[in-house]
Amino acid sequence: MDTSYSDIAAVPQRPRWLLPFGIFATLFLIASQAAALLMSAPDRDMGHLQKILYVHVPSAWMSMIAPAIVFVASVLYLWKRQAKHDMVAAAAAQVGIVFIGLTLIQGSIWARPTWGIWWTWDPRLTTTAILFLIYAGYLALRAFAEDEDQRARWSAAVGIMGFLNVPIVYMSVRWWRTIHQVQSTPDTMDATYKLGLRLNAFAFLFILIFLIALRYYIARLERARTAVLEERTLAGDKIHV
Amino acid sequence: MRVGAIVWKDLTAERRTKANFNSVAFLAALILLLFGFALGPDTEALRNVAGGVLWLTVLFSGVLSFNRSYEQELENGALEMLLLYPGDRRSIFLGKLIANLTFVLLVEAVLVPLAAILYDIPIWGVLGPLALVLFLGTFGFVTLGTFYAAMASRLRAREVLLPLLLFPMLIPLLIAAVQATSLILSGDMMVGDAAGGSTLLSGSWLRVIVVFDIVFFVGALYAFEHVIED
Repeated sequence: MDTSYSDIAAVPQRPRWLLPFGIFATLFLIASQAAALLMSAPDRDMGHLQKILYVHVPSAWMSMIAPAIVFVASVLYLWKRQAKHDMVAAAAAQVGIVFIGLTLIQGSIWARPTWGIWWTWDPRLTTTAILFLIYAGYLALRAFAEDEDQRARWSAAVGIMGFLNVPIVYMSVRWWRTIHQVQSTPDTMDATYKLGLRLNAFAFLFILIFLIALRYYIARLERARTAVLEERTLAGDKIHV
Repeated sequence: MRVGAIVWKDLTAERRTKANFNSVAFLAALILLLFGFALGPDTEALRNVAGGVLWLTVLFSGVLSFNRSYEQELENGALEMLLLYPGDRRSIFLGKLIANLTFVLLVEAVLVPLAAILYDIPIWGVLGPLALVLFLGTFGFVTLGTFYAAMASRLRAREVLLPLLLFPMLIPLLIAAVQATSLILSGDMMVGDAAGGSTLLSGSWLRVIVVFDIVFFVGALYAFEHVIED
């Protein structure tokens, strides 16, 4: 797959590990969720509400990992100009925005009974919302740009700039106002919750990797299809899609 | 040299018609008035939100000028000629940046006195710090605006796509610029520090603006080559 967009791609084979890994990731997620829910006693203050921790915190972590993947793949694309890096960046952004959206929704669900409000201008919440907007813009640009090569260069530039903004956004919103509780990491909580959170962090990471790999594979198929169609059109065939 | 030529070219084209400047400046005045109507006639309340209103007006009117700076060249194929000239493409970015910066600062020169009258804000005593915040904030705004417009102006959905790409990126700049401006306008930008001296409270927000400006100026300068090539 060391081709540039101008070469005609062969129809890609599905990586052999993709399907087994997807099944493993799904089963691992189910098992981790079940284990975490069964192991943890209701929290003293939050009761069963605490259990959203096992999806909210891992989602929030993935919301940081996916943009980082977009950033690295974008830098690699501008440097090496290989189509695969562009497709990885696109896949990570598509999957990333799902996790960012999930994090926002779960945060709202948690905030309502805890703080009594659906939304607050808290740094992490606001930063996540801004991240959502930045990557929505990234995907909108991809949707509007028609030329493959141009789209790859432009979205790489946008992906890099967007990621550079993350720390600036976070710091500025934090100085602006702050009421969020201290980040939950395994160190800030009781031992019974730690294992559950750790397991689910890995479960979400596997799901993230699986989904990005799947999107990447689909992008390769789409690209091969376009190449085949173009070839046939040039050869003067009638097109049957 | 090359930068200067592009600045001169863009500003001359603008000066000869003035169509863009007149409409953008008029729109800015209009937005300022609309905010006044939306937020009510209470002078005291209006004065408190003046910083936010001023910056939103700058953003909403300024965003219209960026696509324009590429569109004219795209229409008659002049951008391709410009790209054919040998030498560093960064000078195209710098030239456009300076031309756009001049343009938006000129709009602000109309806007700020008008805001001072409409919102009853005393700006005479704080003209220096206010000008500094306006300049630094506008620099960051125009840097990203010029950068994203290089892409958006070449797509069908340019009117929607540019604000969609640009505004989320500008949020930290907006927060910092509004905070600094409000502190300056309210007159208590000085706070005593532990050592007995006084420091500029708006200075910490100014620092955010400067960091923003530097990060994205450098980022845009390097990324521009990849964006502009055909």
